[in-house]
Amino acid sequence: MKDWRYWLAEQRGTLLAFGIFIVMFTIYTSNHPAGFTANVVQTASNKGVLLAFVAMAQTLVVITAGIDLSVGMIFLLTNCLASWLVIGTGIETAFGVVAVLGTGLLCGAINGAIVIYGRLQPIVTTIATGAVYFGIALLLRPFPGGSVNEDLADALTGRLFGVVPASLVALLAVVLVVWVPFSRSVLGRAAYAAGSSEMAAYMSGVPIRRGKFAAYALAGLLAAIGGLFLTFFTYTGEAAYASGNAYTLFSIAAVVLGGVSLFGGKGSAIGAIFGALAFRTIGDLLFVFDFDPLWQPLFQGVILLIAVSLGAFALFRVRNRLEWFL
Amino acid sequence: MDGAVPLFRMEGISKRYGGVRALEKAELSVTPGSIHAILGENGAGKSTLIKVMAGVVAPDEGRMMLDGSEVSFASPAAANQAGIVCIFQELSLVPELSVADNIVISDPPKRFGMIDRKAQRRIAEEALARAGAADIHPLALVKDLPLSRRQMVEIAKALARKPRILILDEATSALTAADVAKIFGVLKRLRAEGLALLYISHRMNEIAELADQCTVFRNGRNVASYAAGSKSDNEVVELMIGREYSHIFPPKPVRAPAITAPVLEARKLSWTDRLDNISLTVGAGEVVGLGGLDGQGQRELLLAFFGVLRGLSGQILIDGKPVAIASPAKARGDRIGMALIPEDRKTEGLMLPMTVRENLSFAALDRLSRAGIIDRAAEQRLIDDMVALLAIKTAGLDIPVGALSGGNQQKVVIAKWLMRQPRIILLNDPTRGIDVGTKQELYQLMRKLADQGAAILFYSTDYDELIGCCDRVLVLYDGAVKRELVGAEITERALIASALNIHGEEMPVGGMAKTSARSMAKTPARGADA
Repeated sequence: MKDWRYWLAEQRGTLLAFGIFIVMFTIYTSNHPAGFTANVVQTASNKGVLLAFVAMAQTLVVITAGIDLSVGMIFLLTNCLASWLVIGTGIETAFGVVAVLGTGLLCGAINGAIVIYGRLQPIVTTIATGAVYFGIALLLRPFPGGSVNEDLADALTGRLFGVVPASLVALLAVVLVVWVPFSRSVLGRAAYAAGSSEMAAYMSGVPIRRGKFAAYALAGLLAAIGGLFLTFFTYTGEAAYASGNAYTLFSIAAVVLGGVSLFGGKGSAIGAIFGALAFRTIGDLLFVFDFDPLWQPLFQGVILLIAVSLGAFALFRVRNRLEWFL
Repeated sequence: MDGAVPLFRMEGISKRYGGVRALEKAELSVTPGSIHAILGENGAGKSTLIKVMAGVVAPDEGRMMLDGSEVSFASPAAANQAGIVCIFQELSLVPELSVADNIVISDPPKRFGMIDRKAQRRIAEEALARAGAADIHPLALVKDLPLSRRQMVEIAKALARKPRILILDEATSALTAADVAKIFGVLKRLRAEGLALLYISHRMNEIAELADQCTVFRNGRNVASYAAGSKSDNEVVELMIGREYSHIFPPKPVRAPAITAPVLEARKLSWTDRLDNISLTVGAGEVVGLGGLDGQGQRELLLAFFGVLRGLSGQILIDGKPVAIASPAKARGDRIGMALIPEDRKTEGLMLPMTVRENLSFAALDRLSRAGIIDRAAEQRLIDDMVALLAIKTAGLDIPVGALSGGNQQKVVIAKWLMRQPRIILLNDPTRGIDVGTKQELYQLMRKLADQGAAILFYSTDYDELIGCCDRVLVLYDGAVKRELVGAEITERALIASALNIHGEEMPVGGMAKTSARSMAKTPARGADA
């Protein structure tokens, strides 16, 4: 086989998610009253990147065969924190951004430390830490409020050169600065290896613990970037419990749509980003076709079911029933 | 280079797993530029020995010297660092990563802090070429490769780590003859380059060709070391065995020619490329053995009877009537009354964290309940009966079954199925990794059940068991029945000859005779459970 075939096989999930997104987005813009304009793309981008950041965060943990149910709460916590700190002069704002990102990193690192060194299950750990993070968010913002450096906010949610949505550029930058180095580093490979077969990885002398720890910590950082952007869009901080939970669950949906295996070891954050954008477009589709918004959750569920079923077709070919359980 | 100076020494190494003593004051010296063969039966301590060397398990006592100074390894990574690289029986490849990713996994080449993919590709290609496996594409995912190719990747991976001591544990067991020849060439070249190689294998001809020095292990001790070629195969076998088997088997009944209709019958059973036109019968009161090298379709045949395989062609008959067995639930139902004692009790036979009581009654719950409510008194009676019948040694019925010894766990699996009083009992290598005493009890139980009228189909990788327990043995090769041995025809010579699919008379006996089927198998052997 040629090299490109192997590449194609490896990127199948990502490409599929990309395809689903393109089809849905094309249907959306071609039925939008305004059509494919910079304005429509900017709005879609701003809505989409929030889930995209949280889905990237989820991807990192899912690759290690874990799951992070606290990403939505880190997202809220950093939103509330940003509504206090990312304000004032340039220096103050910069300090605020660093503090917010550092908080996210710390939250992720705490998850990682408990899961890896405390040997607790990721699902239980992150339910507990998620509740703690939400509790802190609530203390920071018992009521919606606060503010943000509006110049920075407008710059990052507006358009570059009048065409390109700035939020999309930010997303791309994060991919290049966080995801690409991670996925190509020894730690990233250790995270994949641990997710695929922890025993084989251990026997091969792979730094499993550091790889997994890095994945959890960076997941916190990415969720914090999402929280920062939420603040830029809303200009406020709000500890909205339902919203945090929705982001957590949608991030898992986006990851699955993006071809990341929940069994670990397989998939890419880029796939998850397209999964997130596609998932967000479902709501927009309902809007352009004049459906009652009440239908949205139902439709999102149906689309998600269809998408994950695509991945289950291989099961029909199984001839030894014991392989169902592998 | 002075070949006489040991590069690595192990002195007085002991290791216990619970009550089982795996190593007892074992000694070993390894010299550079030589191939050192380790021989011994399953459970002789070879696997534990190399796990200690490779940093996988820590010894309870004893010391290890490398280059004359004492060392200890906290992890496989530490052993690798010191230049000791092991190719394990259980493959240590990460399935979702590519071949190249796997080859460099311990120490990937880096550029600007990231993995240098070009350099990685180059290293992988070099290593594959060195291992004589240049046909494997470095970008292929390991999970997509067949077992024999994975084994070659494993060898390439070890070579890429530039070892000083290379340990090969049954590394050729999954390879084709052509690959074995290539690997031998590689190993001889490595020896010429001054590496120390430890070679663990059951194949006497391989050892004769490769080894300079041999050490025999038995019951956790090194019982003899000698220069290769200085002992005959028979002498070596005597050293390895050191115990007599035959007395542990119950006497077989003197069998009248079978007049009863078979209880279980297969006609021209085929499935994918693993089962090829298999026809067989098992009568009431009969113990029929399945022999042959491991991985010749024996396991699949049992699964086919038990309703696990889809797309089966041919017929299965119970009491002379064709039946379609669509699932294990149906196979164990009253109409068929079949039980399968699986090979891997930990995943297919038991729910380890659940209690002995729960595990015992799982398979029979439908019989013990009315309208979905379990009759606790009836359950208790039946469990007491089974615990007594099989002499299961447990601290109580409410402790997790995982806390029992391997032999007692296996008894629980068997008891669980006996609670349904099956008429047809399929056994898939049931004595793997259990102690001799328990084995003996199982042989006696098997015969007792047969005498009570059960039809028993018994797959074993241990030829002694087949000889000692079976009324008839069917030898499988490449998914087909190659030979049927009846009564006195069941000898080691006949079993080995037909397992290798060669004619009995041409078979050189001697050393091969006591070798177990597993050691010559196509699939890699699994070590005995501790």
